[in-house]
Amino acid sequence: MAKKIIQKTKNPMPLQDPHERAHNFEEVSLGYPVDLAVLEAQRCIQCKNEPCIAGCPVEIDIPHFIKQVAERDFEGAYRTLMDRNVLPAVCGRVCPQEEQCEVKCTLGVKNEPVAIGRLERFVADYAALVKFTDDTPPAPPTGHKVAVVGSGPAGLTVAADLAKMGHGVTIFEALHKAGGVLVYGIPEFRLPKAIVEREIDGLRRIGVEIKTNHVIGQTFTVDELFTELGFEAVFIGTGAGLPTFPKIPGINLIGVYSANEYLTRSNLMKAYLFPATDTPTIRGRNVAVIGGGNTAMDAVRTSLRLGAEHAYLIYRRTRQEMPARAEEIDHAEEEGVQIMMLAAPTAILADERSRVRAIRCIRMELGEPDSSGRRSPVPVKGSEFDVEVDTVVFAIGQGANPLIRNTTPDLPVNKWGNILADDGTGATQKAGVFAGGDIVTGGATVISAMGAGRKAAGAIDTYLRNPSSDGFSPTDV
Amino acid sequence: MHRILSKEILAPDVVRFWIEGPHIARKRKPGQFVIVRTGEDGERIPLTIADVDKIRGAISIIVQGVGKSTRQLNALNEGDAILDLAGPLGRATEIHPGRKVCCIGGGIGTAVVYPIACGVKALHGEVVAIIGGRTRDLVILEKELRAAVDQVIVTTDDGSYGDKGLVTDALKALLAEGRHFDEVVAVGPLPMMRAVVEVTRPLGIPTTVSLNPVMVDGTGMCGGCRVSVGGEQKFVCVDGPEFDGHQVDFEELNARLRAYREQEAESLRLFDQATLCRSSQAR
Ligand SMILES: Cc1cc2nc3c(=O)[nH]c(=O)nc-3n(C[C@H](O)[C@H](O)[C@H](O)COP(=O)(O)OP(=O)(O)OC[C@H]3O[C@@H](n4cnc5c(N)ncnc54)[C@H](O)[C@@H]3O)c2cc1C
Ligand SMILES: Cc1cc2nc3c(=O)[nH]c(=O)nc-3n(C[C@H](O)[C@H](O)[C@H](O)COP(=O)(O)OP(=O)(O)OC[C@H]3O[C@@H](n4cnc5c(N)ncnc54)[C@H](O)[C@@H]3O)c2cc1C
Ligand code: SF4
Ligand code: SF4
Ligand code: FES
Repeated sequence: MAKKIIQKTKNPMPLQDPHERAHNFEEVSLGYPVDLAVLEAQRCIQCKNEPCIAGCPVEIDIPHFIKQVAERDFEGAYRTLMDRNVLPAVCGRVCPQEEQCEVKCTLGVKNEPVAIGRLERFVADYAALVKFTDDTPPAPPTGHKVAVVGSGPAGLTVAADLAKMGHGVTIFEALHKAGGVLVYGIPEFRLPKAIVEREIDGLRRIGVEIKTNHVIGQTFTVDELFTELGFEAVFIGTGAGLPTFPKIPGINLIGVYSANEYLTRSNLMKAYLFPATDTPTIRGRNVAVIGGGNTAMDAVRTSLRLGAEHAYLIYRRTRQEMPARAEEIDHAEEEGVQIMMLAAPTAILADERSRVRAIRCIRMELGEPDSSGRRSPVPVKGSEFDVEVDTVVFAIGQGANPLIRNTTPDLPVNKWGNILADDGTGATQKAGVFAGGDIVTGGATVISAMGAGRKAAGAIDTYLRNPSSDGFSPTDV
Repeated sequence: MHRILSKEILAPDVVRFWIEGPHIARKRKPGQFVIVRTGEDGERIPLTIADVDKIRGAISIIVQGVGKSTRQLNALNEGDAILDLAGPLGRATEIHPGRKVCCIGGGIGTAVVYPIACGVKALHGEVVAIIGGRTRDLVILEKELRAAVDQVIVTTDDGSYGDKGLVTDALKALLAEGRHFDEVVAVGPLPMMRAVVEVTRPLGIPTTVSLNPVMVDGTGMCGGCRVSVGGEQKFVCVDGPEFDGHQVDFEELNARLRAYREQEAESLRLFDQATLCRSSQAR
């Protein structure tokens, strides 16, 4: 039999035109149509040793679902995905696949890897379109009750897994909507909120109760979840939600935002529809976003959609060191974002009404590699310059919110306030309390938070059956 | 959904609601607030919990209609429901037992000072309350305070009720009489809090103010509520809302409160227009 000739490159993702999309909040990537998905799936050579699976933190049976797509068994493919991942439509869109599953793909050695993420997204969207549901019946009720704090990807995964095992699960979420960063941070044009809602509805269908507007540490403390509400175990997945600002003059002027606030106003509170909705935001004409991660990209691309004429991304190293996904950086540039590399803000200047008038920056050059292995930026003396802007958004990293640690003194945290938890089980040093996701690792990725949730669910199940084994071994910390 | 159990008009545009919220009523301590959202497209607005009724599982809020969100809330009636109610948020007032405290409320600030005054009384303190308004109609909670604290002094700017003058005039008069206070708590419009702080500063009387920046989440996630206190950055929703008045940068807070002036005016104009249309259609 003649050897099959494999197409060298991924089938391209259909995209909205950059000039149009820079002014609307509709999704940028349009998704594979059916035939393109099947064609892409046929590129997979079904490697015996399945290297791609090892790259996926939740270990989706990638060759299997791709084979099912190639054979047009979309319902089967959906089942395969759902077996390991409760948020396939989300992960297919926002996973840094190029560093995870796809980097391990055999095809990637010589050519481009299989577009695993795009196929995952295709299957999930197709399933929603034709309304497949994952109707594996949950295990019979065990009578155990677990509280999950935070409804980001970590919390949602723990909740889904435990519910499927038959445990009673209640999620407590501080905001009025469930989803964590998926609803308040990542913008509509990258991850439509309807998709997150759809996936969360799936959770409700399998019996997970979601209590929004419950701020743990305020409404109830972690201890009260046990003593007053009778939960037997608690999972903390509260994310890395504390914004940080640099210590430079002008940080509290009108028009200076944290990326969290800027994105929350626009996404969760739908300020882009103001005055049809009630929450306003400043629609800057000239906007500077400081940072180089996914958050910075989302903020700067949002500013264009809110009407900015000039949207600058100011980053202290070079494009190579930017932590954002390459695809997001490309999309941002196509849309007109102007990247200013090797620059850092030193002050924000005010007009007479305490509004931002300009941002003062200093040029940087790359010095020796630092502890992260990246070459660290060093300011060039006397190289200050001003950029006229009316809005400044800081996307320079997040800390851990103090509400839980302040009210749970026996829950050990590290010097940054991140909860200390066992890598393999999520167990903390407090009996019955588990933690995972960004609150443990600091800002990371959706899929790594889900991976942590998956592991914790297994450990919580074991703990519920045998409370003396909470899986925590102090040597792991 | 949280049902409105009762509604009462305290002054023009000032409404007291009792709302179902058993878990909040159980946990709340004086000084704390809730975030309220009335409908799907609504803003998240912070409001002090003025009182609680643990038996009915209800909280009361007192709302002054200053813009769209507060007017929309004040247009709701008994039996209606509030979509979102999150809390109790913020730190509780630090109350030291047995202290002599002067609690000063200006306008709607009286609604914030009232639960603090009650908290001081509950810990065997002595409370003199000074409450003021521009005019007689705007003085609220006088009856409630008279029932709760040791002495109540009322001032109005125009002299239509109580002493003519500002709350600071009444405070100065008390201090001139030689009255001693361990602490002063002042809540009201920024100019009022600033004025109180300047009266107490030279005398070294510890003075607490409750700040009201624009908020979004109320959980420490956005940083929109940041203020400078003693040169340090604080998030009012988690580090406050009460701070040492002598350390607060009022100038900066005042500027930040004006951030959305134009949008707020636009929002209110559209709301009033729509309300007018509805009422003329009803006729
Ligand atoms: C703008 C932005 C863009 C990103 N883009 C990507 C991307 O493209 N790809 C990717 O993989 N990752 C991305 N990330 C990172 C990713 O979103 C996070 O790593 C992930 O969401 C972490 O999940 P989590 O469940 O730990 O926490 P979160 O998603 O942060 O959720 C935590 C939840 O807990 C709630 N909470 C907090 N405190 C309390 C409390 N005391 N009581 C009750 N509830 C509480 C919060 O309101 C929140 O809903 C992005 C992050 C941001 C901010
Ligand atoms: C911790 C805290 C507790 C509060 N407690 C109460 C309370 O018990 N009762 C009450 O009536 N109000 C209280 N407020 C103020 C209340 O939150 C605002 O009045 C409300 O958010 C205004 O919303 P709006 O859409 O109706 O008006 P907007 O359209 O937002 O504003 C209308 C006008 O009010 C001013 N304004 C806007 N936001 C605030 C604010 N946060 N504080 C003061 N002025 C503002 C604007 O500058 C504008 O002039 C509190 C605020 C905080 C932070
Ligand atoms: S979940 Fe993420 S890492 Fe796993 S297969 Fe899907 S895209 Fe790859
Ligand atoms: S490594 Fe690539 S080609 Fe091999 S099975 Fe996985 S997806 Fe298919
Ligand atoms: S309101 Fe967002 S941090 Fe305080």
